[in-house]
Amino acid sequence: MTFSRLRLENVGRRFAGTDALQHLDLTIEQGEFIALLGPSGCGKSTALNCVAGLLPLSSGRIWLDEKRIDVLAPERRGFGMVFQNYALFPHLTVRRNIEFGLRMRRLPKPEIARRAAQALELVHLEDQAGKLPGQLSGGQQQRVAIARAVALEPSVVLMDEPLSNLDAKLRLEMRTEIRRLHQSLGLTTIYVTHDQEEALSMADRLVVLRHGQVQQIGTPEELHSHPVSWPVADFMGCRNLFAGSLLTPAADRGEAAMVDVLGLRIEGTAAAHVETPGAVAVGIRPEDIEVVPVPGPHTVDATVSVVEYQGREFAVEALTGPGLRLHVRTAERLVPGDPVALRLPPERLLVFPGGADLPRPVAPLDEEITPDLPADAGAPA
Amino acid sequence: MTTAATTEPTTEPTAASSSDRAGLRHRLAERGIDARLLLLLPGLVLVIALFVYPFVYGLGLSFQPMDGGGPFENYRRFFGDAFQRATIGKTLWLALPAALLNVAASVPIAYRLRGRFRGKRILTTILVIPITLGTVLTAEGLLNFAGPSGWLNRALLGIGLIDDPLRLVNNYWGVFFSLIISGFPFAFLLILSYLSGIDPSLERAAASLGANAWNRFRLITLPLLAPGLATTFCLTFVLAFSVFPSAILVGDPTDSTRVISIAAYQAAYEQYDYPFASTIAIVMGVIELAVIGVVLAGRSRLYTGTTGGKGA
Repeated sequence: MTFSRLRLENVGRRFAGTDALQHLDLTIEQGEFIALLGPSGCGKSTALNCVAGLLPLSSGRIWLDEKRIDVLAPERRGFGMVFQNYALFPHLTVRRNIEFGLRMRRLPKPEIARRAAQALELVHLEDQAGKLPGQLSGGQQQRVAIARAVALEPSVVLMDEPLSNLDAKLRLEMRTEIRRLHQSLGLTTIYVTHDQEEALSMADRLVVLRHGQVQQIGTPEELHSHPVSWPVADFMGCRNLFAGSLLTPAADRGEAAMVDVLGLRIEGTAAAHVETPGAVAVGIRPEDIEVVPVPGPHTVDATVSVVEYQGREFAVEALTGPGLRLHVRTAERLVPGDPVALRLPPERLLVFPGGADLPRPVAPLDEEITPDLPADAGAPA
Repeated sequence: MTTAATTEPTTEPTAASSSDRAGLRHRLAERGIDARLLLLLPGLVLVIALFVYPFVYGLGLSFQPMDGGGPFENYRRFFGDAFQRATIGKTLWLALPAALLNVAASVPIAYRLRGRFRGKRILTTILVIPITLGTVLTAEGLLNFAGPSGWLNRALLGIGLIDDPLRLVNNYWGVFFSLIISGFPFAFLLILSYLSGIDPSLERAAASLGANAWNRFRLITLPLLAPGLATTFCLTFVLAFSVFPSAILVGDPTDSTRVISIAAYQAAYEQYDYPFASTIAIVMGVIELAVIGVVLAGRSRLYTGTTGGKGA
């Protein structure tokens, strides 16, 4: 089935008085790979089920080109779906599972056999065709689920955290496999995941959701380098996120902004329009913080508290005097207790509006600081 | 696994033989033979005392006719007497349709109620209450409701739908209704739990593959439910086959509902012919086993593996 775009218009879904999903506007071009990304309970699976027709909408419309499809039953939409738990029919062989949709469509027998064989070949399971799903490994079951969904040559494939039940190694393999299938078949794919790495590596565009609302839509690169809000930054691996207050009166996106975090004056870059009065959030990635030999401009003094070996690098946690806990990635071999100077490059330190609901670094942190901590540690340089 | 094996002294001169013993103990434990088997003892004693012994005793008794004539005389007597022999047909004619209807009626209702919804607990409670009532209360209710001067007949007469009261009790139908009332909740509960053992995402997957509601039920849910239906049928059949109080209270115990248990009762407590009563009980058991055997043989041809849900 060919189409040129799938359009979600103000889609919303309420459960027992609470909004699981609100105001989702999204236009998906044919052949695109879209990832819906967010923590559990953010509404991403709700959005997918709404598109699939397994959940009725509370508001909004869904269009496939000029055809309104949100009023159609799931079996009339012609979308393929891959479930988190695979949902293979346990009493049917692999081949029968894959043929199920084709039979439902009442295709001629030779056509069914041909397309099932093709789908089996696509996922390299030709020799497992006669087995029951229970006799296959998790990765093989997932491949059957994918083959079953794509055998129908659906206009859109919906995937609901398909890799979350697999172990790390298999997950990487299947990630490549899904991407390969997407490229070779040109399937329009909507992929739900809570794993930002998975989303970044697979999708053409990402939709970040939080509390049922869209936070940001963009390419992986846009989201990674230019998150517009702190929840997006948080989700994109920005482990150092703090509530602060703005010292400059206002700053537009890309402009320099001075912030005060627990008494530290830090210079950063506004990620969106920020102004006083109003809470701001400050974020920087662990890999953007530099360990420098001597204090200088834009550095803070801190004491190393935890060091984790992670192959080529160390993940270091350092505490500043006022109790700011910074995560740093560095190749330098540090030991807990070492005093370090950390440079926070202003162009990498992003200042976001909001952030009043961020967990603040509070007093109990001080108790963890070793007693021999120098009194002046953490003073702004 | 075997704590005994680790405490075995190995430095003594008899080390070789004692380690042999330890090895044997270990090998036995691997096959599940160790001291924990003793835990089975109390249960085993109860089963032997309350089930195996009476059964074997009854079986033996059935081959010792009171009036002589060889070990099979009682069986010859039962099958040779049309009045006695007919009880088999009468009981089957009650129990098979009742069990079938119980299962058949439970499937759509349980299927409809399989999801989560408000008031499910109340609804299932109402459906299950009859199981707690007991046969005598059910029979009284049936007499009051469906008897010649019961509510149902009075209502039907009142609105002029019928001219003479319907005969719904003290015949075949009274017993049949009673079997439905007491057997349905049982079948319903079992089937509901079998259904909740089927992963609901299977139906959603079928829907996404283009299967409509009927095909989803026919091709996915029903095949996965079928083994459970067979088991439920066997259990309700056994319950119905041993029908006794309702066959007397709301049935026609001298004729159309003279079921096999009545025959056994009369032999034992009216004629005091225990061997003959045992014979009838054995015949009863063999027929039940035959029916269950046929059903389970059919069941073994079905898919009986995991169904993915929480209950399986």
